[in-house]
Amino acid sequence: MQKYSLNVLMAALAVMLLALAHFRIIDNYIQAVLMFVGINIMMSTSLNLVNGNMGEFTCGHAAFMCMGAYTSSVLSVLFFGKNFGPPMFPESMAMIVFPAIILLGGVAASLTSVLVAVPAFKTRDDYLAIITIAVNYMVISAIENMDFIGGSRGFQGMKDTVWAMNDTISFPWMLFWVITFTVFCVWTIRRFITSTYGKGVNAVCQDEVAAEIMSVNTNKIKLVNFMISAGLAGCAGGLFAHIVGYVNPQSFNILKSTEAMVMVYLGGMGSLSGAVISAIVFTGLLEVLRSQALVDAMLSPVTLFFPDWDPSAGVIKWVFIPLLLVLIMQFRPEGIMGNKELSDVFPKLKKYYTFK
Amino acid sequence: MSLLKIDGLTQRFGGLQAVSEFNIEMKGGELMGLIGPNGAGKTTIFNLVSGFYQPTEGTITLDGTPTAGLKPHQVTSLGVARTFQNIRLWHDMTVLDNIRIAQHYRMGYSVWDSVIRGRKYRECEQRILKIAEELLDAMSLTEYAREFPKNLPYGLQRRVEIARAMSIQPKLLLLDEPAAGLNSSDVEGLIKLIRWIHDSFDITILMIEHQMKVVTSLCQWIKVIDFGATIAEGTAEDIQSNPAVIKAYLGDDTI
Ligand SMILES: Nc1ncnc2c1ncn2[C@@H]1O[C@H](COP(=O)(O)OP(=O)(O)OP(=O)(O)O)[C@@H](O)[C@H]1O
Ligand SMILES: [Mg+2]
Repeated sequence: MQKYSLNVLMAALAVMLLALAHFRIIDNYIQAVLMFVGINIMMSTSLNLVNGNMGEFTCGHAAFMCMGAYTSSVLSVLFFGKNFGPPMFPESMAMIVFPAIILLGGVAASLTSVLVAVPAFKTRDDYLAIITIAVNYMVISAIENMDFIGGSRGFQGMKDTVWAMNDTISFPWMLFWVITFTVFCVWTIRRFITSTYGKGVNAVCQDEVAAEIMSVNTNKIKLVNFMISAGLAGCAGGLFAHIVGYVNPQSFNILKSTEAMVMVYLGGMGSLSGAVISAIVFTGLLEVLRSQALVDAMLSPVTLFFPDWDPSAGVIKWVFIPLLLVLIMQFRPEGIMGNKELSDVFPKLKKYYTFK
Repeated sequence: MSLLKIDGLTQRFGGLQAVSEFNIEMKGGELMGLIGPNGAGKTTIFNLVSGFYQPTEGTITLDGTPTAGLKPHQVTSLGVARTFQNIRLWHDMTVLDNIRIAQHYRMGYSVWDSVIRGRKYRECEQRILKIAEELLDAMSLTEYAREFPKNLPYGLQRRVEIARAMSIQPKLLLLDEPAAGLNSSDVEGLIKLIRWIHDSFDITILMIEHQMKVVTSLCQWIKVIDFGATIAEGTAEDIQSNPAVIKAYLGDDTI
């Protein structure tokens, strides 16, 4: 009973959300927010694997999201779109091929991460941080210079695949896939990191020399960890591209990487449940701050004295997020959860669920 | 074939010759001591044997396999385990996890298995857990299995570190100053523990130690080094009366 309670609960929640979306009880906007929550969960949990569990400081996570987004977008257009000539597959196959498209995006991202993993065999800390920023720029500039996929103008046409799925069977497909992949992501990470094999990652974090001498193949475990992390970010990128229907290299710049980092630090380094919670909180906060009315209301005491100032929500957002980060670092540097999981903080929860 | 054979081992760090022309041969089953004043090069020899440094000159052969060019984790998987002069446990993981992770080289399953968690994964994890629990039990550490090493007293941390090394099921165990920082009752316990390990496992032990009481009561053969070179070797009595050793430890009176 307790063994399956969480699975049952999550399945029920997913079915409920899908039903609500299918019968249009929740509108497109709410659906979009839910999907971005999912994508941010994937981004923060996957980055947490490297920055939290392995204790490396990487700040170019968006590079992998970008690789995934572009790879699956191009595949998607090749298979079901019209930009590169007639579609390769019939519409009816879209819903079967779609997960493969997303996974292939993940594979591409995973392979890109070798660019970071190999230097990480030898370097750590600041030096590795610089390398990851460089890789972030490399990926973006490379794509900006590829004219056949739009270069800096961006790339579109992958909505065709989403419509193909919808035409075959009318269903909130994207929401379904985002939920599926989010669960897949969290579940993969959880299983990997709690196996004795995956705990080698924590050993590398805590004492790399001891790990190597105690028979942990540290280079291999770093490579594996980077590849899993990047692969999952790549899947997130592919889904993101299909939700928005348009990708642009600059949507994956250092600012996007920073968002992922903020979520990891907000949640607590090395805490999977922390990463999930912070992704939800963070996405919610971003959405709330997009409301001009709310921003106006919050800033009314200030604008009262400066009537000429007309703050825009889009700009104020980038004041609040860094401010939030400063406040966390000042008052709760260990993040919402520290390095603990939900079941460590509330041991009573253990009676009700196990998560494997 | 001898278990450990070191020939003409030399290690230079820039202009400093930390180890020079060091030789040793351990047939298997011995409990040998390696002593010498501070900075003599003892830890460096351990670092060379465990593959952490590549020697400037000389060869190290383990059970007939030359270790030149091997990474530390590969050397370890040949059956060499060690402890560190200053304890290097993974302090934010439980004692049980510390013991389990050290079995990484014979994990027996891949990353995929860890995610899929099929029968192979379960069997391997069970085997790892069984070895770990038996070892904790044998070394009277079971009650601390769920504790974090950082919360344990120093003496217990030493014990956990030795247990972690033992979980590799080594043929050769290198102990780097196991008695350092222990109080006298802990030292008694440690002597018993090392003797017990040596008697009950098919194991060869090479031990660095400053406390003469530990060395003399445990080691059948002792090697003394100073400035990286061997200055004497023999049984405890031979060593204690050897003028070169006395000079190395107490200094040269004539100056
Ligand atoms: N990585 C290194 N780089 C430069 N010099 C080193 C390095 N490792 C050791 N040394 C030097 O080599 C010499 C031998 O050091 P080592 O640690 O082997 O001594 P030790 O016999 O273990 O001494 P102690 O009893 O103090 O532990 C010392 O002078 C030390 O400073
Ligand atoms: Mg030493």
